[in-house]
Amino acid sequence: MVVFDKPHALTDVPLHYCPGCTHGIIHRLVAEAIDELGIEGRTVGIASVGCSVMTYNYFNCDMIQAAHGRAPAVATGCKRARPENIVFTYQGDGDLAAIGTAETVHAAARGENITVIFVNNAIYGMTGGQMAPTSLPGQVTQTSPYGRDVKTVGYPVKVCEMLRELDGATYLERVAVNSVKNVKAAKKAIKKAFENQVKGLGFSLIEVISTCPTNWGMTPEKALKWAEDNMIPYYPLGVYKDITAEKEAERA
Amino acid sequence: MAEKVLMKGNEAIAEAAIRCGCRHYFGYPITPQTEIAAYMAKRMPKIGGTFLQAESEVAAINMVIGAASAGVRVMTSSSSPGISLKSEGLSYMAGCDLPALVVNVQRGGPGLGGIQPSQSDYFQATRGGGHGDYRMIVLAPASVQEMASLTAKAFDLADKYRMTAMILADGTMGQMMEPVELDEGGYTPVDKPWAASGTGMQREHNIINSLSLVPEELEKLNFARYEKYKAVEENETMYEEYMMDDAEICVVAFGIAARVSKNAVIAAREAGIKAGMIRPITLWPFPAAPIKAAAARCKAFISVELNMGQMIEDVRLASECRRPVCLCNRVGGMIPSPEQVLGKIKEINGGVQ
Amino acid sequence: MKTNRILIAGFGGQGVLFAGKFLAYKGLCEGRQLSWLPSYGPEMRGGTANCSVILSDEPIGSPIITTPDTLIAMNLPSLDKYEAATVPGGQIYIDSTLIGRKVRRDDVTAFCIPATQMASDAGLTTLANMIIVGKLIRESGVCAWEGIEDALKKVVSARHADLLGANLKALEMGYNYEG
Repeated sequence: MVVFDKPHALTDVPLHYCPGCTHGIIHRLVAEAIDELGIEGRTVGIASVGCSVMTYNYFNCDMIQAAHGRAPAVATGCKRARPENIVFTYQGDGDLAAIGTAETVHAAARGENITVIFVNNAIYGMTGGQMAPTSLPGQVTQTSPYGRDVKTVGYPVKVCEMLRELDGATYLERVAVNSVKNVKAAKKAIKKAFENQVKGLGFSLIEVISTCPTNWGMTPEKALKWAEDNMIPYYPLGVYKDITAEKEAERA
Repeated sequence: MAEKVLMKGNEAIAEAAIRCGCRHYFGYPITPQTEIAAYMAKRMPKIGGTFLQAESEVAAINMVIGAASAGVRVMTSSSSPGISLKSEGLSYMAGCDLPALVVNVQRGGPGLGGIQPSQSDYFQATRGGGHGDYRMIVLAPASVQEMASLTAKAFDLADKYRMTAMILADGTMGQMMEPVELDEGGYTPVDKPWAASGTGMQREHNIINSLSLVPEELEKLNFARYEKYKAVEENETMYEEYMMDDAEICVVAFGIAARVSKNAVIAAREAGIKAGMIRPITLWPFPAAPIKAAAARCKAFISVELNMGQMIEDVRLASECRRPVCLCNRVGGMIPSPEQVLGKIKEINGGVQ
Repeated sequence: MKTNRILIAGFGGQGVLFAGKFLAYKGLCEGRQLSWLPSYGPEMRGGTANCSVILSDEPIGSPIITTPDTLIAMNLPSLDKYEAATVPGGQIYIDSTLIGRKVRRDDVTAFCIPATQMASDAGLTTLANMIIVGKLIRESGVCAWEGIEDALKKVVSARHADLLGANLKALEMGYNYEG
């Protein structure tokens, strides 16, 4: 008999996220992966700045709250200090792809044996809906009230596409959580990203296309549709790099 | 006693850190402290430690945060412009109560400035540098021997009080060689039950965090932190007095300025002037008590600094403005000569009755 | 009680810092107090370099030498810069192969050593510095001649142990140079 239960790696603290926000789903997927791999006792999570700033309250493993954009550097120090621990970061698009670009790129280039969960919802949620590095061309936000004009503010940053050129990265996949099918695929990818670290295979990053009904100004349902119709075409889902097998062979 | 060896100040810091259990170093190259990184790069791989050249000073200090959070002894080093970049991290470390060592081998500023010795980061080191109410323990070595011994002291204090300790040196101290006797070192790891090192499914999860959105709670945290700082002030203030017993002119100087001033004090004594010196070894906590005591019997103070007059404010505060406090300084990478300091001593001695 | 304040100056690459290090280690071997302070930074890459070595029987205050009692000038800009700063009664050693002029001060003792030429003739091209140091040990008494090999061993890294003999020879040439 299958009993629906809360993963052990999640605490009982009620999530502070807005109604319809997909952070809750992603938290659950991360916690399920931690449970299934039996690594909670040696996992350390790095919370970032943005909506997920209080992630430290939601995971049962030890947690460190990092400054804006610095989570991959904090994870690097933490992992180097205790290589036996499993270290993951949980970051949004502003944190990872704007202020923390250097830390992201260089952690990947070094092939740090960490797991990065990158939640991309194309907007700064916590500060109330400003343009993100991943906001789509033409997307209306508080700081692009006439739509993102690529002539003046440039183009969105495609993180998986950018990182796949780095020899140091092991596994990069873009997933989404806007449908049951996509959630299942996301779960598989997230678990693999943790598994890679357990096996010592290097840098894994999972980009999760997410939604922000509040700041997109839509109902949760419409937001899921908007992600499907607008984000996924711009940010195609799929595996961008996977040298897991080669890395495993190397280690064998 | 260990054998005396010749070492550069920067190397002495690195070796002393290794000897007292530091196995993690994260840094970024900048003159005039690069020898520390070079030394660590050579040694750490041989002793199972980590040397990592980060992509920036910002990344380096955050790696320090990660390792300190995990509960190990960790350090970084830089020079003035790099410390500005690290200041964000220093504030977070204070907010998270993380122990670590940060070395600043100062150079002239502001901006990119020069690469020659300076003490112009005194305010930055003793007043914070980063945002928010916080303190760091700031130690100012005045010899290569102290570069080593104060490094060990800094780690111990950092662990004891869960604070960042800073070695505030300058280009001269980093680059000069002097004989140094290194302790065999060895240290007993301090128990860090607060660390994010994995729950082992044996305890509640630890959270290393500086975010506190409820004003009442954040206020409480700040008050508690300042109670801790008070204990540091009461127990850990360090200074050296030189010929202060009957001194009428009190020179106050630290680091390289104290070395220069010592020659000047000797010359002043030879010229029949009763000069003495108080050398702060901890810049925070500042040795206010001996300066207050000196204010009762000296005619005047001279603050000798390689900046436009920063420590002089602490001398004035500590002496409660009961005596004149004058500045004798050079800046931009220039160093006062003993003759300049002697000149000031003579001028003040003649002018103050 | 004796304090020697030696300033060594020249181009980067002339072994100015190395010569200073040798004297510092010699002082260490003799159980004296000492400090060695180099100039540093971009000027070291081919520009002028100098280092201050203080050997003393007492604890050393400032490691910075503004008025040397012993000056080694390995090139003309160094002599131009530091000749006037040398204390009256002090000594100035110059590499006369590279410095076309005489020492102008008459209140100091000057030693002109064609060190670069001597080094070149003896096949010790990079060791003009040590030839001058050899002469300095003989004339100045900043340290004893005995035990120079022990000090050399400390300053010549294991990687360059083959250069020990050449350094020793250069020191001897300087020590025995009459002029």
